[in-house]
Amino acid sequence: MNFDPRFSGRKFTSVGTRPVRPDGVDKVTGRARYGADFNMAGQLVGRVLRSPHAHAIIRKIDTSKAEKLAGVKAVITAKDLPDLTDGDAAMYDILDNCMARTKALYDGHAVAAVAAIDARTARQALKLIEVDYEILPHVTDVDLAMEHHAPLINDTIFTEGLEEKPVKPSNVTKRSQFGHGDVHQGFGHADFIVERSFKTEQTHQGYIEPHACVANVSSDGTADLWVCTQGHFVYRQHCAQLLGMEASKLRVTSSEIGGGFGGKTHVWAEPVALALSRKAGRPVKLVMTRDEVFRASGPTSATSIDVKIGARKDGTITAAQATLRYSAGPYAGSWAEIGAMTAFACYKLDNVETVGYEVLVNRPKTAAYRAPSAPMAAFAVESAVDELAKEIGIDPVDFRIKNAAQEGTRSSYGPVYGPIGIGPTLEAAKNHPHMKAKLGKNQGRGMACGFWFNFGGQTCVDLNIGMDGSVSLAVGTVDVGGSRASLSLVAAEELGIDYAQLKAVVADTSSLGYNDMTDGSRGTFSSSMATISAARNAIKILRERAAQMWDISVDDVVWEQGHAVAKGDKHGNLGKLSLKEIAAQSGKTGGPIAGHSELVADGAGVSFATHICDIEVDPETGSTRVIRYTVVQDAGKAVHPTYVEGQYQGGAAQGIGWALNEEYIYGKDGRLQNAGFLDYRIPVCSDLPMIDTQILEIPNPNHPYGVRGVGETSIVPPLAAIANAVSNAAGVRMTHIPMSPPRILAAIEAERG
Amino acid sequence: MVEVTLWGALGQLAGGKSKVEVEARDIRELFRKLAEQYPAFEPWIEKGIAVAIDGTIYRDTWGKELPAGAEIFLLPRLAGG
Repeated sequence: MNFDPRFSGRKFTSVGTRPVRPDGVDKVTGRARYGADFNMAGQLVGRVLRSPHAHAIIRKIDTSKAEKLAGVKAVITAKDLPDLTDGDAAMYDILDNCMARTKALYDGHAVAAVAAIDARTARQALKLIEVDYEILPHVTDVDLAMEHHAPLINDTIFTEGLEEKPVKPSNVTKRSQFGHGDVHQGFGHADFIVERSFKTEQTHQGYIEPHACVANVSSDGTADLWVCTQGHFVYRQHCAQLLGMEASKLRVTSSEIGGGFGGKTHVWAEPVALALSRKAGRPVKLVMTRDEVFRASGPTSATSIDVKIGARKDGTITAAQATLRYSAGPYAGSWAEIGAMTAFACYKLDNVETVGYEVLVNRPKTAAYRAPSAPMAAFAVESAVDELAKEIGIDPVDFRIKNAAQEGTRSSYGPVYGPIGIGPTLEAAKNHPHMKAKLGKNQGRGMACGFWFNFGGQTCVDLNIGMDGSVSLAVGTVDVGGSRASLSLVAAEELGIDYAQLKAVVADTSSLGYNDMTDGSRGTFSSSMATISAARNAIKILRERAAQMWDISVDDVVWEQGHAVAKGDKHGNLGKLSLKEIAAQSGKTGGPIAGHSELVADGAGVSFATHICDIEVDPETGSTRVIRYTVVQDAGKAVHPTYVEGQYQGGAAQGIGWALNEEYIYGKDGRLQNAGFLDYRIPVCSDLPMIDTQILEIPNPNHPYGVRGVGETSIVPPLAAIANAVSNAAGVRMTHIPMSPPRILAAIEAERG
Repeated sequence: MVEVTLWGALGQLAGGKSKVEVEARDIRELFRKLAEQYPAFEPWIEKGIAVAIDGTIYRDTWGKELPAGAEIFLLPRLAGG
């Protein structure tokens, strides 16, 4: 059956409604099983020994005393995870990060692990492992790491993307450049130019649930892994490769997930747990402590960004330029590249140039965090845009509307846009009551825009119809934001049945074809496309079965509102057959009825948002209070609007924490000083106002219902919107995130002189 | 024959060119011909390159046709969170 994914402009019955979430009762009653809730008979407790040094050669590891401790069943080092990556540099980095091989590259880098009969014995065993380190000079700051005499973190790295291949290794792994036109000429046509430098500090995704898994390797070489992840198929692939297994012999089951936001798209402790289980011959449960989560699972990049924007006095931007430096931890990534692509993506620019530098530092391996890299770039650009509007004397919303990208605009990263929502989100923000609300003393209002690509990827869905007419949906994309409810709505829509007749489950890796991660805002976009296709395949079979039951041609049977209907004059007396009636006869008409779909969901369509924020700043202490916050974002089509609003609110809440408080603080010794939620402060309820949302629906032409991804764009504008609000409230331009009270106070005092 | 625009880092692989011309009907053939003409492309194709055809980004669909006169951009294969 050919499947045309193009937007059909159909009217919806189920899609767009707000039924109760299917996972809600389990989650609020404690019945839902998260990563650490799973146990196996005879399981051991795994614990990891981590480097206390930011940069050190591992001369020797002596595990003999730990191995002799009663109750210890296995001790492993890098020797137990040999290099099977066959020259795959990216996989080698993953392996080295899971267990340091020759050097410890950051405070918290795993160097050994134990499996013991209980946690107390495991902790004792860790203390008995002797590691002989040769401490090396370290560098944790992105700008310092680029300096000529900075400690070299990896002497095999030669900067990619330079015109001439460098002769010396460097901490800069890659230079990326995007843009078009002639920025020098463009700046020559500008009446006003703003040029500023910005910094953002490293933050963590701050998910509530730590990484947790139970690994069980059998003596026959097969294995099971129960794990908290955003992508169990990818975890299977990575773990199997690192352990030298065939993927089909490793079954991975994803647990419920207590937040991921990109941090659970990378393997950390899972290969270690499998290696421990393989050595011990028993199941091993490994749960990271919060300290370990902060020190050794991927935070975002810290950044240093220079922006220059010029405009004519009528408000037309003539040129825009940015240099973006992103820290990557001790391993190569593509974070600066993405920052360089997203920085000016909201605008229609004739002359634009961005250059990104990817920089190694002695900090944990950087991981994805919701629209990775885009929030920092948007902070720098949208701050400069606001300042430029002020200099010209144009309202910042009108300035953005005048320069907003449109359908047909060449994006700053290359291709031309299709139908997009930046203009409509700006118009909606301009007309929102929030914009007209009065501000009090020491209060300021800020707004900003944001962009994210979204993508689709490999996706697989099984739709099985039971004998009682109920429908089960097996999907391979982990539900991190309500996708099971959304996919049930989509299946109900296609089949023409009630939402309550459906149940969606996330299938394990042995039960379904390969699926990509739930990242890139692809979960509902891609799986809904596959669900629609699977449902249409099932409908084809339902029609065939109805035709058999009536003994007529299948061409005379159509599917309408959950029923097979016989069409044509000669079948006028046949009436219709419900899905339930057809399913009840399936054993006599050919067996179980199901629809399957395997596809690559390309054509995700980009997404834009505009945020408005009111902030009160105490000029005596530098403390801040968020008074009001509004998110306007294009969803393409909101399948379950409550979940969409939840994504918008969640992005704003995380952005508020990132903008105002959250920060990795490293000491001079290169060790993380605040590896816990007491000292690394994410927002709690009392820190947040009610976050208002407005969903816009500009259909994505490459999806049958017009769906776009919604999960990531909402975290792109907050840093800038809040920085603009704080700057307006405090009367001084804030250029360093987070805007913690000491930083705001210092800026106010510097302004006062 | 399609004209293909290369993003910064890829341009270095094609001797500093920002655009190259390739005789290709679909993405699969485009990658094969690119690797033939510029062998340095091969490891990058292996790692993953996205292709924008008239503004729509394809990360995986190698069977996607390249219509005559279409605007083709090669882009990094991006990660999400």
